[in-house]
Amino acid sequence: MNTPWKPAEQPDKFTFDAASEAEIAKVLVKYPEARKASAVMPMLYIAQRQMGRETGSAWVPVAAMDEIARRLDMAPIRVYEVASFYTMFNTRPIGRYHLQVCTTTSCWLRGSDDVVHACKKAAGIGGFGETSEDGLFTLTQVECLGACANAPILQVDDDFYEDMDGPRTEALIAALRAGERPPAGPTVNRCGSAPEGGCKTLLVTPEAASENQ
Amino acid sequence: MVRVIVDGTPVDVAPGSSALQACEAAGKEIPRFCYHERLSVAGNCRMCLVQVVRAPKPVASCGFPVSEGMEILTDTDVVRRARRAVMEFLLINHPLDCPICDQGGECDLQDQAYGYGTGISRYHEDKRAVTDKNLGPLVKTVMTRCIQCTRCVRFTTEVAGTPELGMVSRGENAEITTYVEKALTSELSGNLIDICPVGALTAKPTAFHARSWEYKKTDSIDVLDALGTNIQVQARGGEVMRIVPRVNDEVNEEWLSDKARFSVDGLKRRRLDKPWVRVHGKFHAASWQDAFVSLARRLDGVSGDRIGAVAGDLCDAESLCALKDLMSALGSSNIDCRQDGAWYDTSAREGYLFNSDIVGIDEADALLIVGSVPRHEAPVLNARIRKRFLRAGRGGFPIAMIGASSADPTYDVTFLGDGPDVLTSLLDGSIPFAETLKSAKRPMIILGHGALTRRDAQAVYEACRTLAEQSGAIADGWNGFNILHTAASRVGALDLGFLPGPRGLAAANMLRGGVDVLWLMGADEFPIDKIAPETFVVYQGHHGDAAAARADIILPGAAYTEKPGTYVNMAGRVQRAFRAVFPPGDAREDWRILRAFSEVVGHTLPYDTLEALRARMVEVNPVFASIGSVATPQARLPAQAEGTAQKTTAEFSASAFRPAIDDYYQTNPISRASPTMAECSRIYAPVRAVAAE
Repeated sequence: MNTPWKPAEQPDKFTFDAASEAEIAKVLVKYPEARKASAVMPMLYIAQRQMGRETGSAWVPVAAMDEIARRLDMAPIRVYEVASFYTMFNTRPIGRYHLQVCTTTSCWLRGSDDVVHACKKAAGIGGFGETSEDGLFTLTQVECLGACANAPILQVDDDFYEDMDGPRTEALIAALRAGERPPAGPTVNRCGSAPEGGCKTLLVTPEAASENQ
Repeated sequence: MVRVIVDGTPVDVAPGSSALQACEAAGKEIPRFCYHERLSVAGNCRMCLVQVVRAPKPVASCGFPVSEGMEILTDTDVVRRARRAVMEFLLINHPLDCPICDQGGECDLQDQAYGYGTGISRYHEDKRAVTDKNLGPLVKTVMTRCIQCTRCVRFTTEVAGTPELGMVSRGENAEITTYVEKALTSELSGNLIDICPVGALTAKPTAFHARSWEYKKTDSIDVLDALGTNIQVQARGGEVMRIVPRVNDEVNEEWLSDKARFSVDGLKRRRLDKPWVRVHGKFHAASWQDAFVSLARRLDGVSGDRIGAVAGDLCDAESLCALKDLMSALGSSNIDCRQDGAWYDTSAREGYLFNSDIVGIDEADALLIVGSVPRHEAPVLNARIRKRFLRAGRGGFPIAMIGASSADPTYDVTFLGDGPDVLTSLLDGSIPFAETLKSAKRPMIILGHGALTRRDAQAVYEACRTLAEQSGAIADGWNGFNILHTAASRVGALDLGFLPGPRGLAAANMLRGGVDVLWLMGADEFPIDKIAPETFVVYQGHHGDAAAARADIILPGAAYTEKPGTYVNMAGRVQRAFRAVFPPGDAREDWRILRAFSEVVGHTLPYDTLEALRARMVEVNPVFASIGSVATPQARLPAQAEGTAQKTTAEFSASAFRPAIDDYYQTNPISRASPTMAECSRIYAPVRAVAAE
């Protein structure tokens, strides 16, 4: 991120809560003591999720990175490097709902521009990287989310909302604003990546198929 | 050895070498930015591309290992085009601000763009801009110029041992930063300026002062610590502009400590540029003749044993030799170079040297540090210890320390205790580190001035030497009993026998009123109020520091950049410095002052030229004949048996070892006169306060 963080928004200190500690214990046993620095990425996630639970904004403050560095015997700068390299770690505070729109080729061809536009309109956001004034939504442009069969994708926090279009995006944002969490997955009449409106092939069992011949 | 063919020329290189090293062995120049032979290989600049026969595409030679019979081509059309393309990419975001860039003229990017670039750019879009970082008072950043070679990141992490710089973000947004704004806490941060291949990291104190081609360059030796770092003094118009390191693998590799590099501005402040004579309590400027005459008049009738001389930390061996000869001509054996009151066994050279030599650190396999903070006393030597520590791998180079460290040592240290009592436990083997030392093949003990300037210094010294004998640190072909000096003049002075004669007084006794006339040659590092009020003080030196204010006569001498001089580093390496500039005003080279005065006082010293004086030094101690080398350490100290026999009954005192240096940036008259060092001292004071807790 080229925008440097503002010291004012950084909390003075960060301590892992009991839930995080339980997760940390599970993560650390995966690595030998001498290689525990490998746990830096799961640890950053744990910190980010805890911030989400505690403050409603899932991000990793410097204090948390320092604490992770201390736990893993790393130089703090090494943790900063990792956290700033990966776009899925938020090093600045974000809104309660993180709207991540895929705009890579498949999604773009299938209408991700409409999704982006709907996000901006419904959430009241000027552009990518910005947070709505009510602090509820942050809009981010992301690269391929790996769900091209269900393009376009809008990822809200950890959930994929698939087969989006403008109106459905607006409806989703309205629901989120109302405090609801609509079920993740396709927003059209399909199951997972199966065809819309039900199966089109393999409608009968192999036995039945052979009988028909 | 592996045989590689570079452009048709076969060369033999060590297995595991890189293609780049093979090319260099064959005398081919390979352009590079990120590769640095003393840092790990990063391979991210791609400038060192070469063609390897049967390889499908050009390879980055810095990270490509050689194999038997490999054929490397460094000057084909493919290679040339690859370099041009890499250069074009590197220059996409690099500003064309060479005319206002301090690196201009000594810039790798500039040189290589001329040598290997295209001369034009096809990029018309906006260049990216990166915010500058504040890295403290020494290193200036212009981050837009950065080409992300990460040499600075690797240097701070690997050599300096203060991992504070990193490359954050990615791709277009990647930038070198400390992330959280802070000053670099390393004493070696100035080396970042040297290793940065572009103008992203430049010297803050000398920003916009001079151009690299304007300098007159003179080889010299650093005297601000006792390592004897090889330096090049770069001057313009009679003014020393900057000091950079020279490569000497046996001493400083290619690093230089911040104090040595940035004290330069202290060389033109608070200088003594004419003789001063105190009349009725007030200083009056005088001519050399008047000063000499009034000094001669004061000395008239004073018996030799009421005259004394104390030498300071920055003196060259020539002036020490001349002062010693003058004192003996005056009938005095009250001479001392140990203004801090340190105790060593001076009966043999091995008693006060860093015996294993600096390179010995690379061979040691266990280290005990007693009463020393190498990071502050000799930062470059500390980097060498760290290098050994890293190379040995986890647990391969156990290091223990007695006495609190005022700084993070930058390597893992077992802290054994505060005071000398720990030595007793080490001697009787009751703590585990005794076994570690004993089982090591080449154990090393570093004894510092935090231990040697105490009342019980002799007891500590002897305990350490006994421990060295017991643990095999002093054995055939290996002498790991090392004294870490803090004063550049000390070993040279000891070699010249600048010590009290049989009935002579040591420094402390001279100060206490043991002499009527006290000659201080650059000696400032002791509480000046210890000088008895009735003592007549002659101060010969270059800076108006503490002692000059107390003096009755001031004889202005030359700083180390202003005189040719011989210095002996802590390992006993005799090294020569040349004169870069002339001393200011009426100030003169110190030995010439002494020679001139000896004539006035009627005891003319028997040398008129520097060569004659140097011949006299060789006469006093033959080691001064072997310039640039260090005598191989003798296995045993000749006086060892004797020393053990007359073992003193001195007891350890219970008090903890105190660091020999309180403030790294303020240890001598030059650094105290330097505004840059004062700024460093101010900025890093909180850091020190935290470390002390």
